[in-house]
Amino acid sequence: MKNFFRKLSLIILFFGFLSNSFAAEKVEYLKTDWSFKGLFGKFDRAALQRGYQVYTEVCSSCHSMKYLSYRNLAEKGGPEFTEDQAKAIAASFEVKDGPNEDGEMFTRPGKLSDKFVMPYENVKAAQAANGGAYPPDMSVLVKARGGGVDYIYSLLQGYEEPPAGITLDDGVYYNKYMYGNKIKMANQLSDGLVEYADGTNASVEQMSKDVTTFLMWAAEPHLESRHRMGFKAIVYLIILTILVYFSMKRIWSRVETEV
Amino acid sequence: MTDKKTNRRDFLFTATYAVGAVGVGATIWPMIDQMNPDASVKALASTEVDVSAVNPGKTITVLWRGKPVFIRRRTQDEIAEARAVKLEELKHPETDEDRAKNPEWLVMLGVCTHLGCVPLDQKGDYNGWFCPCHGSHYDISGRIRKGPAPTNMEIPKYEFVNTNTIKIG
Amino acid sequence: MSDHEYTPKSKVGKWFNDRLPLLTLANHLTDYPTPKNLNYWWTFGGILTFCLITQIVTGLVLAMHYIAHADMAFDSVEHIMRDVNYGWLIRYIHANGASMFFLAVYIHIFRSLFYGSYKAPREIIWIIGIIIYLLMMAAAFMGYVLPWGQMSFWGATVITNLFSAIPLVGEGIVTWLWGGYSVDNPTLTRFFTLHYLIPFLILGLVVLHIWALHVPGNNNPVGIDVKKPSKDTVPFHPYIVIKDGFALLMFMIVFAFFVFYTPNILGHADNYIEADPLVTPAHIVPEWYLLPFYAILRSVPDKLLGVVAMLSAIFILAALPWLDTSKIRSAVFRPLYRQFYWILVADVLILGYVGAMPAEGLYLLIARVATAYYFLHFLVILPVLGFKEKTLPIPLSITEPVLGGSPNLATAKKREFK
Repeated sequence: MKNFFRKLSLIILFFGFLSNSFAAEKVEYLKTDWSFKGLFGKFDRAALQRGYQVYTEVCSSCHSMKYLSYRNLAEKGGPEFTEDQAKAIAASFEVKDGPNEDGEMFTRPGKLSDKFVMPYENVKAAQAANGGAYPPDMSVLVKARGGGVDYIYSLLQGYEEPPAGITLDDGVYYNKYMYGNKIKMANQLSDGLVEYADGTNASVEQMSKDVTTFLMWAAEPHLESRHRMGFKAIVYLIILTILVYFSMKRIWSRVETEV
Repeated sequence: MTDKKTNRRDFLFTATYAVGAVGVGATIWPMIDQMNPDASVKALASTEVDVSAVNPGKTITVLWRGKPVFIRRRTQDEIAEARAVKLEELKHPETDEDRAKNPEWLVMLGVCTHLGCVPLDQKGDYNGWFCPCHGSHYDISGRIRKGPAPTNMEIPKYEFVNTNTIKIG
Repeated sequence: MSDHEYTPKSKVGKWFNDRLPLLTLANHLTDYPTPKNLNYWWTFGGILTFCLITQIVTGLVLAMHYIAHADMAFDSVEHIMRDVNYGWLIRYIHANGASMFFLAVYIHIFRSLFYGSYKAPREIIWIIGIIIYLLMMAAAFMGYVLPWGQMSFWGATVITNLFSAIPLVGEGIVTWLWGGYSVDNPTLTRFFTLHYLIPFLILGLVVLHIWALHVPGNNNPVGIDVKKPSKDTVPFHPYIVIKDGFALLMFMIVFAFFVFYTPNILGHADNYIEADPLVTPAHIVPEWYLLPFYAILRSVPDKLLGVVAMLSAIFILAALPWLDTSKIRSAVFRPLYRQFYWILVADVLILGYVGAMPAEGLYLLIARVATAYYFLHFLVILPVLGFKEKTLPIPLSITEPVLGGSPNLATAKKREFK
């Protein structure tokens, strides 16, 4: 049996190594301590709320988040705004609705069940307004980038003067973490850009961390319950495995073969 | 083999079975619960309706949770008729005062309690609604008077946000 | 199943069993004499059954919420992940379940290769197994298309374009597969239909696979025929059931770790970007379980021959019972084969690795050597080895030592997988 598990773990290790090698180009991203990593990882509520503030005040003028609804802001495991706060947030947006009895579209204040209002009508409009580049929807952005949170976090702080020999077209910027180093989004963050409601100092680093945390939650809204359930499931499986192991020993003791 | 040994073995197997059964149950639950209304459906649980354009004697039908809701602005005659009915005449005794807090407005689920068809407005023997599917007659308070339906048409949870707006749900 | 007389004790049972012998079947399955020296590599058959059922159940549930339409597929997957009760759990089980299924099937196949389980009289079991494996690849590929992300779309484009390598009719076949002039909504809906169908075909084949197994009975690590029932065998229930159950639980712990803690590690980030027919992702790689074949495909510089090489790599397995000329089943008694076996394992792993790497420079060279060796193993080494190899004496039975004394079961056991 020992032999068997040694072989098996070797195979599993190999596949782990293989999947690791998928991330083809290795760039050293900036590191920070994410509260949501690890077996018991949870989101930092305050960071999520601040991150939402950065998103609305900075990102949302170009980037949509079409899979999120205002109700999500009050749901468990997220920023956990109170229901009234979330309602007030929703109501501060004009939502297009209709058609009414006269067959016309109209706007009304947002409700909890509404999706986040999009900055542009459609992809084409977004491209037209941004020099041909579509600002990607940010609902699952963290999962759609190989480097995940570290990549987003680094990118937001990765703007630099281009090294000698690299010329940039109009509307193109140099970012040392971007794939190919050329990015069509200008540097958006500067110290003190937003005024945090909780008084936290809004440094570029702080804002990058907060908004990345917010994006992680947006991409994995059930991360906390996943971690909780996972721990319970694995503990349960280990207990059952032990019970079954001893039952097996007991049963096989009737024949003279080792298991 | 002594009795003690047998007991211990029984305990081991029983414990294994019991723990295993718990796991099977816990695994089945998500597969069942996924068919319940999801978070986006639950979020749509309330609807606001503007009733300023509804004249006395008219009914509008709005959609709430995928079902029709009748909102009828009743005339004085209709209110008087509904309130005059004695409870003992009713198959499912409910007073009109309980069904229409604001007597002018009757807000109810437009679903026949028999098998779920939508009754027709101002039809039937009681001046109220008539279900064409199996012939249930409802009065002007939406109470069952004749036919196979077992209960009165249901009153949903609703409130007047202001004089012109009703919030259902 | 015919070597078995069984009469139910109760009158009702007898009445029913005379009309539909389900009780005879159940009795056959519980009493089925199994070699008692099966090691843990033999538990993967049961694990695979578990994987198949898990995929069918979770897939059925996902199909209740998924919308097979190019405009809505991606949205509906996000809807499952966000709003459906436990939707995230069910989808992650299904997505990682595919990988776990392949992990188990590869171990199952390589176990068979080591212990010669494909040899007479078990050729039909083996060939059915290869068909199941092919169907699994088809199901996995089509399933990967359904979320309609970038990898879905471009994977579908690349794989369906393989058919264009067929001379004369190739282009026509590809258009027919697509139902249009590119991968689009008609392609998605037909892939969904087939993805739903194939698991049930697999289920049917699994029944045949097990039926065919129960005729000669299990092979075993020693690789000799066992008399059944005898003191060499144990009844399937409870002995094998509990052992398979134990192994399955260990497997589930690994599975659970993937589902709950690294649910996206085996997938590709680009698949969280909605399909865009105008932009191809920078690196197109199939899922890990298809990488060795992908490497073989890319190692041949000709389009048609590349496809032929890739398909041959799979179909050559069906001819294995006849390519391997040795009469001895288990590698335990074949010292040379044992070494070539491990070289083949390494070769396939290397192919998998270079399949994930860009097809250029050194990687391409390694892929070519590894591809050549793969075919060499099956077409030259195995047939020749059967005649040249000096095998060790095999024991008469699982429990009895070898005639003449030398390697008995204990030493044979020690030699397994060394």
